[in-house]
Amino acid sequence: MAAHKDYHFDREALNEQFVFSAKAKKTIFIIIGIGVLFSLIGLFFMATDSGHHDEAHAAIEMTGNKLASLENPDAVQAQGQHAAEAGHHAYHWTNRVKVNLWINIIYFIGLSVVGLFWVAIQYISMAGWSVGFKRVPEAFASFLPLGLILFLATFAWGYHEIFHWTDTSLYDEGTAAYDAIIAGKSSFLNIPFFIGGSIVIIGGWYLFHFFIRKQSIAEDKATDKTQVRKRYRTMVKLSAAFVVFFGVTSSVASWWWTLSIDTHWFSTMFGWYHFASWWVAGIAAITLTVVMLREAGYLKFINENHLHDLGKFVFAFSVFWTYIWFSQFLLIYYANIPEETAYFVERLSSPIYRKYILVILLVNFIIPFFGLMTRNAKRKMTILKVICITVIIGHWFDFYQMITPGTLRENGSFGFLEIGMPFIFIGVFAYLVGLSLAKAPLVAKNHPLLEEAYTHET
Amino acid sequence: MQIISDVREPLVTGDKTYHDITKDIAGRVEDSPAPLWWGAFAFALVLLVAGGAFLGDMLWNGIGRWGLNKTVQWAWDITNFVWWVGIGHAGTLISAVLLLFRQKWRTAINRAAEAMTIFAVICAAVWPIVHMGRPWLGAYWVLPIPNTFGSLWVNFNSPLLWDVFAISTYFSVSLVFWYMGLVPDFATIRDRAITRFGRIFYGVLSLGWLGGAKAWVHYEAMSLILAGLSTPLVLSVHTIVSMDFATSVIPGWHTTIFPPYFVAGAIFSGFAMVLTLMLITRKVYKLEHYITLEHIELMNIIIMVTGSIVGIAYITELFMAWYSGVPYEQYCFINRSTGDYWWAYWAMMTCNVISPQVFWFKKVRTSIVLTFILSIIVNIGMWFERFVIIVTSLHNDYLPSSWTYFSPTAWDVMCYVFTFGLFFTLFFLFAKFFPVINMAEVKAVLKSSNQHVYKNRDTIKDPHNVV
Repeated sequence: MAAHKDYHFDREALNEQFVFSAKAKKTIFIIIGIGVLFSLIGLFFMATDSGHHDEAHAAIEMTGNKLASLENPDAVQAQGQHAAEAGHHAYHWTNRVKVNLWINIIYFIGLSVVGLFWVAIQYISMAGWSVGFKRVPEAFASFLPLGLILFLATFAWGYHEIFHWTDTSLYDEGTAAYDAIIAGKSSFLNIPFFIGGSIVIIGGWYLFHFFIRKQSIAEDKATDKTQVRKRYRTMVKLSAAFVVFFGVTSSVASWWWTLSIDTHWFSTMFGWYHFASWWVAGIAAITLTVVMLREAGYLKFINENHLHDLGKFVFAFSVFWTYIWFSQFLLIYYANIPEETAYFVERLSSPIYRKYILVILLVNFIIPFFGLMTRNAKRKMTILKVICITVIIGHWFDFYQMITPGTLRENGSFGFLEIGMPFIFIGVFAYLVGLSLAKAPLVAKNHPLLEEAYTHET
Repeated sequence: MQIISDVREPLVTGDKTYHDITKDIAGRVEDSPAPLWWGAFAFALVLLVAGGAFLGDMLWNGIGRWGLNKTVQWAWDITNFVWWVGIGHAGTLISAVLLLFRQKWRTAINRAAEAMTIFAVICAAVWPIVHMGRPWLGAYWVLPIPNTFGSLWVNFNSPLLWDVFAISTYFSVSLVFWYMGLVPDFATIRDRAITRFGRIFYGVLSLGWLGGAKAWVHYEAMSLILAGLSTPLVLSVHTIVSMDFATSVIPGWHTTIFPPYFVAGAIFSGFAMVLTLMLITRKVYKLEHYITLEHIELMNIIIMVTGSIVGIAYITELFMAWYSGVPYEQYCFINRSTGDYWWAYWAMMTCNVISPQVFWFKKVRTSIVLTFILSIIVNIGMWFERFVIIVTSLHNDYLPSSWTYFSPTAWDVMCYVFTFGLFFTLFFLFAKFFPVINMAEVKAVLKSSNQHVYKNRDTIKDPHNVV
């Protein structure tokens, strides 16, 4: 790039093929192994019920009777019918396994679809700089089929423990357990609609991925310019259609999969909050993958200019997530309506969950905000790696605090299982991304904007 | 090295040279105004004076002149305020956010859009000031000024006060950004001036700009810093405006999605107003080679995207009102869509959500006439959005015996007309005395983005065949 005179852009020379090496696979298996080991230790402790007992006791004592009504919004609404209902939700240690599976499934499905959303946004906004690594986010969506299977399996196994609204006794008018508010939601919150809708949503995302990916590979193999242009235009159109589909389904998915756990509670912001958390974590995962590929000797022409822009995205959307989080919190706090504050009271007054609110704000805002503020920070692979890993972990905790308090209540905890299971998911996710990357050339050599990416300067 | 792919459209067409750019843009400032300009300016002055008469009468006699009643205590005043502030957002989005995203097409429209922002914010500021009743005492309500009125002190818990800080900060930063961008162009006009007035007027405004390399380095650095500052400000202003409503416990006002949804709606209406103004300016000043169909198409796409985001927010509100199981919330939305103000609700839905969907068709996106019509429809729709949120949430309150209907008076209408007069008077003065396009920045993209760079593109056909 230095001497303009000698400059000649050779697409073929940029071509690279990712080889999913035995070494990389070994590292991934070690990660999965650590995850399995931690999970087994966790399961052993839970099944033998040691170590956990004291904490649960403390939680019950500290929240006390006075807070019980606030902690559980059902109690506010169902007035005294709480006791009957509590019988249905007797805690068993497998509940924690189910809830943990759910957290990870929702989180990793999110990271996966964000890859596709990223690709789609790049196409419709005609972004040139990011073309060089577009195979990376493209590969992310390959987790979706497995995600759907795990989603359905976990739902089948744990729906009763995860989703309060699946309890049929809530809908028996005249009985003690009858809950008028939840009964009013039954045309949205019912098992057939939930399962059918979720299959359409995740399946729809996958179908879009399938067709965009197909065009993307076909573009690589195209030989003449009109062919390339045709593929490119098709991808722009598919991307636009996907963005519309995702715009609606990302919100609906959040209402079903996460919001409905705290069945009485509602917030119009929730869909975008849920999305913002997925989105920034997904961008951090894309950045991390690009940096790791770069370190492994791939993506040779991706330099600090491209990383700088990725860093800007992680920075900006960390701020955006905080904005959304804070707006939702402030408005609920300020209006102080019991139906709405119940959600935060449940978290902030609980000795188990209180700390996570501060942890997620610190990890998801303060660290990326100050960590990525300077130009130099965004251009250094080491700093990017540290911050991206922090952001990915931080947003996992965001989903943890969205899902756990409403399901495990005073039995929630953070231990070996919570550490182990994300490791398994990371390993499986990385393995599938690796497989997908190895299937196609690492650089989309015929992309019409590739030259812009090659000469990109920030 | 700057490489621009051939799938992109050129940003400057018509074989323009650097000198042509200066001539085409600075020329408009130097020429004596056309009869059309005088006519338009006179019309704006008529609106200003006629509206001003009613506004003065209202200030003299009090807010009772407006149609407000004890149930609907806020109506057109705050509707107009939010509408104008919203319009102001596009300018900063174009100058700041698009700069951060390296969107070069912003260079042709940023100047006028920023001017529009500043004038729209001035029009917005009229409302909180005049609705105070005794605006000459207003400073005590909005600023923490020590006084001898007893226990009179600003309420820091009130989002209305946050508004004062947010909007004044936003206004200052936008003004500085706009002015700094003007400095190199003022210097160009100063250097070309043949009258004594021109030399002195633009000489003072150009702050001694000589165009040295070092000055340009500072200019670029300053632009990025101001863009970085303005971006959170764009979000903060309409976020806080939305909190004027959302922090309350009024169904229809208190909903957590308001902050980002208001921001999206603001950008939506702002771009519509930019298009309304630019399409006319483009035609009158013959700027078709600078504000090309590509620019118009991109702005239309932004309108379509933000309109759809607003649409998702409407649907989310409806869904959550049902889902919440709260009877007040449910009633509020049933009342909105089927109650006394059903016509306002459906005007809003049609204008804001349904009509921008026609931009899915490239033919519509690149049609000047349709774009112009749509830009006006969107602005009508966004006015109705605020009216619907404000008035339909208030008119049937918690106490059925106080339910009522709001009808505007002539003073409501004419005070609104006054702000139009103010806005267009300022805009026409701007269009005459200031260069409407940033010459320096268009020159910066000319070499990499003229029509000769592109050999194999399928350029949009301009219906007027100017390209």
